[in-house]
Order: sequence, then structure tokens, then C-alpha cells
Amino acid sequence: MNAIILTAIWGVIMMFGGVFFKKNTTPKYWAIAGIVIIIVANIFEFFGHQIFHVDTKGMLRFDAFSLHFNTIVFICTLLFFLLSGRDFEKIGIHVSEYFSLIFFVLCGVSIVSSFNTLLLLFLGIEILSIPLYILTGSDKRNLKSNEASLKYFLMGAFSTGLMLMGIALIYGGNSLGSFYIDAINLGTGHLPVLIAAGLVLLLVAMSFKVSAAPFHFWVPDVYDGAPTVVTAFMSTIVKVAGFIAFIHLFQYSFGAMQSQWQTLVVIIIAATLLIGNVTAVFQQSVKRMLAYSSIAQAGFMMFALFALNDTAREGILLYAAAYSLASIGLFSVIAKMSDYSIAGFNGLGKSQPTLALTCTIFLLSLTGIPLTAGFTAKFYMLMAAVKDGHQIWLVIFAVICAAISAVYYFRVIQAIYFKEPTPEINAQMPITPAFRWIHIIIAGLIILLGILPGLVIDWIYY
Amino acid sequence: MEIKWYLFLSIALFCIGMIGALTRRNSIIVFMCIELMLNSVNLLLIAFSKMHMATVNAFGTSMATSAQIFVFFIMIVAAAEVTVGLAIIVMMYRNTHSIDINFLNRLKN
Repeated sequence: MNAIILTAIWGVIMMFGGVFFKKNTTPKYWAIAGIVIIIVANIFEFFGHQIFHVDTKGMLRFDAFSLHFNTIVFICTLLFFLLSGRDFEKIGIHVSEYFSLIFFVLCGVSIVSSFNTLLLLFLGIEILSIPLYILTGSDKRNLKSNEASLKYFLMGAFSTGLMLMGIALIYGGNSLGSFYIDAINLGTGHLPVLIAAGLVLLLVAMSFKVSAAPFHFWVPDVYDGAPTVVTAFMSTIVKVAGFIAFIHLFQYSFGAMQSQWQTLVVIIIAATLLIGNVTAVFQQSVKRMLAYSSIAQAGFMMFALFALNDTAREGILLYAAAYSLASIGLFSVIAKMSDYSIAGFNGLGKSQPTLALTCTIFLLSLTGIPLTAGFTAKFYMLMAAVKDGHQIWLVIFAVICAAISAVYYFRVIQAIYFKEPTPEINAQMPITPAFRWIHIIIAGLIILLGILPGLVIDWIYY
Repeated sequence: MEIKWYLFLSIALFCIGMIGALTRRNSIIVFMCIELMLNSVNLLLIAFSKMHMATVNAFGTSMATSAQIFVFFIMIVAAAEVTVGLAIIVMMYRNTHSIDINFLNRLKN
């Protein structure tokens, strides 16, 4: 509860702060202060100290898993603010508003991690999406940004319609007439028609939100057109929150009848892995390549939905941390570049040795090389699928797809170390020592989680 | 009247909205079709809430109210979406002097 209330309050503070802040650089420090306060309040709640006592009639349920997930997301946001806070000033003059919208998104994130009724699921997803439509179009003069924003908005509203229809059908189908997700749980019996239709509609709508194939077609255009800082935020933190909502919903409401809908998830996983990885190989722009790679990573995260056991719950947290950290680091470098082609990375190893090293670690982690967090995360996901016991071919297929992903990730590493630098591109990169140190911290965290994944996982059972 | 007629009506409205949203090229019309989808859901929820009127929860109150409150939330969220969506369409119109969705596909490369 602390996180939900404080993020909303801080969003309002940032919004009105825009009137009082004289300099464009001030909002960044306020945002960092806000996120630190929210992290502390959330950790306090994790250890049982609530600041706000609100009776939600069981509509929200805060367990160790959801609070721990909130902490991970907020720490990633803190690192994101520290790295990319300056890049918001490049989008436009309303810097304070951009931060305020991000705090509203975080409010939505903390609702979707702990909802207990379909009403709160719907509200959380909307609180998370509507500020993002605005942020995507925040570069108002840029036609690509406009296009991305309109596309994202229409697709998002359409999928909301599908989700609401699913919720209405489920409400009509269960005899209790309740929106609570554990009341929907009908056990292992045969699905009534209304609930089956509702389940499929919810599956489609949530796949839209987490960009799983075949509902991924909006992703490349939106991620490419949005300002790079915004892309960094929505391809990591928001997507991971979507997955938590997805898994939470399907575990508590339809978990017992998993065998009846598992085939649908298998088809979605296979399509997502194949389309994401194969299309990413052919991309010339690094930003677009990362958009496709985020589809491919979504395929791996879907394994948690496929297995729905304890290992999957541990794995999704680890995956959230590993994927967000590596992507935020990479996007922060791309945001500093003038063009997003692979040539922009040429000769980075000579001009910026530290940055080149950390970027290499991020790319290795995204590929899933041992000793990085990306490897342990993928390992947990596949282990969950093997423990589940059905569809072993899917695991082999996923490993092959991870091998394909090495092609496009390693091409960037090759450009960093083995190509001659193009001086006019690299000379423009303004790199401060603080930026370099935060990069080193993120790379350190990735390697630490690769060696000791228990640092993240064990807190679930606190 | 039986509940199934309400179900058929709202699914028909929903499908009209969905087909419109996928085939029309004017962004305002697409937007109206999406609103039609949301409103068909409202109709269905109200019909189901009438159906559940006799169902009683643990506290002895009728379960019907929860769906009616849900409808209010859908209306509020739809209003918020309209605010943002119309602003985005106006922004696009200022830059391109067109609200045609096909125009955007030309910008892809």
C-alpha cells in the first residue's frame, strides 16, 4: 500500500513542481529523491511496517512476492533515473511532467503486482498504459513519435476492449457473481463456455500488453518511434510488470485447469521466440534490433506462464532484474548517440574502454552467457519448464533460439571491438564520470546475480 | 426476457466495433468503434448484474452491485482515454494535416 499511495502523491508533486522549478535540471533530483523515498517505504512494508492502513476489502493482496517485485522494479527505476535523467531534457521543455507521468506508471505497476480482483487488474493496466501513450508522443514535432503514439494508443485501447469483454464473460459465467480472482477458480472441471471464451479473450489482451507474438506487430514501430529514454522505460519495467500481472491472474484464477489452456501458451511461446529472434537478425538500427530482442525475451518470460510452479515464480523475478538492468544500460548508451545504426558502436572499445566493457557485459547477459544474470534467469525458466514435464521439445527449441540470438547481439560486440571508430559520431558523446560509475555498478550487479541468484530469489520466502 | 438475448446483442455490438476498428482508416472513426466495444461491455455487465441479483455474498448483500460499480469505472477510464486519444489525434493533425491512418504507414522508412 505504501508504494501505491506514495507514487501517486509524488506524481502530483512533480506535476505541480513544474510550475516552481526554475531550471530544467531540477526535476531530475526531485525524481531521484522521490524514488529513494518510495524504495525505503516499500522495504519498510516488506518488513511489516505499514505507513498507510487502508481497508481494501481484500481487493489488493500484498505478499512477499509482490512487495519484493516492487522493490526490484523501483531499484531498476532508480538506476534508470540516474543514468538517463539528463536525456529527458532533450525531449522537450516539460521535463517535470515527464517524470510525473513516470511516477503514475509506477503507481500502476504496484497495483498490477498485487491485485486480487479483476477490477483492480483493469484499473492497474489502464493506470500503467495511459501515461505511456502520452510519454510515447512527448516529442511533439517528430512525426515518428506521433505515429508511434497513435499506434500505441489505438492498439492499447483495442486490447483494453478485449480484456473488458473477457472480464464481463467471466463474471457472467461463474455462479458466484464475483470479480475476485480466487472465486473464479473452478477447480479442474470442464470449462463452461462463457468462462472459456473469457479466458481466451484475457489471454489475447494480456499478450497484446506484453508483446507476445502473434500480437506483437505494434512493438517495433512504437519502440522505434518513441523517444529513446521512454523506450528504455517501457520495454523493461512496464513489460515486466505486464508479465507479473499475467502470471498472477492465470495462477490464481485458472491455475487448476492449466492443462486445458496450456496448448495455447505453447503456440504463443514458439511463435514469439521464432519471430522475435529471426527478425532481429535482419535489423540495421540497434534501437529496432533491441525492440525485436525484447519480443524474443518475452518469449522466454512466457515460460513462467507455461510452467506456473515455484521455480517459475523465482525465475520470473530473476528474469525481471536481469533483463531490465541490461536493457536500461544499453538504452542509456543508445540515447547518447546521434544515429541508432550499428555503425554508431564502431570503435567504442578504443574511445570509451569502460563503457565498451560494460556494454559487452550487458549484451552477453542478454544472450545468456554463463556467469551473467541472463544465464541464470534463462536457466531457471527452462528448469521450470522441464519440471513441468510436458512439451520438452519446446525447451530444446528455446535453446536453439537463444543460440540464434547470439548472432545479432555479438554483431554489436564485434562493432565495439573490431571496427575502426568513426570520429564524428563518438566525439559527440557526453560521458560524465558518474555515468561511467553507474554503468560499472549495473555491470557488477549483473555478474553478482549471475553467481549468486539467491540474492534476489530468497526474499520471496522471507 | 432471457439473458441470452442481451448476450447476443452485446456480442453483436462488440463485433461491429471490432470489425470497424480493424478496417476503417479514419482515426476518429476507429476511435468511435473502440468506444462502441467498451459500451457493449457495459451493457453486458449490467445485464449480468441483473442476472446475479439473487446471488448473495458472505455478508448477506447482493453481488449485483459489484458489476454496476465496475461499469462506472469503465466509463471513467474511457473518459480518460478519450482525453489522451483526442489530444494525440490533434497533435498528429497539426503536423500532417490529415487524420488518415494510412498516411502513417508511409513514414515507416
